[in-house]
Amino acid sequence: MATVKIKYRNKEYEVNTGMTVREAIKKIGLEPEAVLAVHDGKLITDDIVLREGMEIKLVAVVSGGTLPAPSGRWARGER
Amino acid sequence: MKCRKCGATAVIHMRQHKLALCGEHYLTWLPEQVERFIFKYRMFTRAEKVLVAVSGGKDSLGLWDILHRLGYRTEGLYIGLGIEQNYSDESRHLSEQFAAARGLTLHVVDVEEKFGSTIPELSVISNRGHGKPCSVCGLSKRYIMNRAALEGGFDALATGHNLDDEVAVLMQNTFNWAAGYLARQAPVLPAQDGLVRKVKPLCRIYEREMTAYCLLRGIEYIYEECPHAEGSSTIYYKEILNKMEGDRPGAKLQFYLSFLQARENGLFANIKQEVELHPCERCGQPTSAPGECAWCRMWDKVKLVKRTVTANPESVPLLGLAAQA
Repeated sequence: MATVKIKYRNKEYEVNTGMTVREAIKKIGLEPEAVLAVHDGKLITDDIVLREGMEIKLVAVVSGGTLPAPSGRWARGER
Repeated sequence: MKCRKCGATAVIHMRQHKLALCGEHYLTWLPEQVERFIFKYRMFTRAEKVLVAVSGGKDSLGLWDILHRLGYRTEGLYIGLGIEQNYSDESRHLSEQFAAARGLTLHVVDVEEKFGSTIPELSVISNRGHGKPCSVCGLSKRYIMNRAALEGGFDALATGHNLDDEVAVLMQNTFNWAAGYLARQAPVLPAQDGLVRKVKPLCRIYEREMTAYCLLRGIEYIYEECPHAEGSSTIYYKEILNKMEGDRPGAKLQFYLSFLQARENGLFANIKQEVELHPCERCGQPTSAPGECAWCRMWDKVKLVKRTVTANPESVPLLGLAAQA
């Protein structure tokens, strides 16, 4: 199945196409409220469905400290 | 998702407001919101002079951009803390670049240049803050911001505290039933006994909204966090609050607005709000401590160890090096 690359801070993740940006953010263990998604240098809303060839950059919105590394199902190798 | 105003592709969806907007309409909408809160909480007028405390981060630079676009009389204050890993150098560069691009006046107070020691050094030598410089950093920033605002004849000091900052502090103070702190938390702290009026124009703006604003406006801000902020309690509460917000859109805003309402209804009326202040016997800045203030006492300690420390930090003028574009 085709996958989409998601960049967050200095890390890169891969998720399956067909899910929304919001679902993908949750899948890699992040809170949708704590990030913004950028595609092709432009902000996008998180209802956008991921298609093959897309590359998404997530921008952290939380300041006041360093965020912990993502956890959850993705960290266990599940997709 | 479509922009509610024009039907173009939306770039941001704010679930708490059930509102999606395109870039163009978002960049108009957000300053309008900020203006509404400045007016509602009677923060300042266009006739008054406002000092904006900038750190090089998204909130303070975004705030200064908004106030400038709205036509307020503003100047900026950047405090160089001497934080390692290039953090302070980068944040100063970004603040200066921002001000120069807009022809705005930025006052730079570099703690090491002015007084002879960086914040991390001060923290170690003065032995304050249990091995972390955050306590000395907070003390120094509060002191310098107030003294600089008074020295420059400013009517108000504006900081970039956003709704997430306010709610994280509120949650922490509620968990500790810190009634004194709860009674003092407000969008505006009026001027009193040598303290300049402090205002938080972004107190109802989500952190997410400020990030989107800076990205859309092309404002370059320092993205990495202060290396000393790791594991801070603020971040811990923000994570919990963002989980709640994800499940219940508007939870953070509701918590804050209910608090302000409860405060206005007198929930904290019996709490003694005003700390008794008197001028420090040395520098004249307000202090609740008898005799000299914590700032002057801290430098006394450091002077004994570090030879580069200025003889009289209390009498060094702060606003002498304004970078005017």
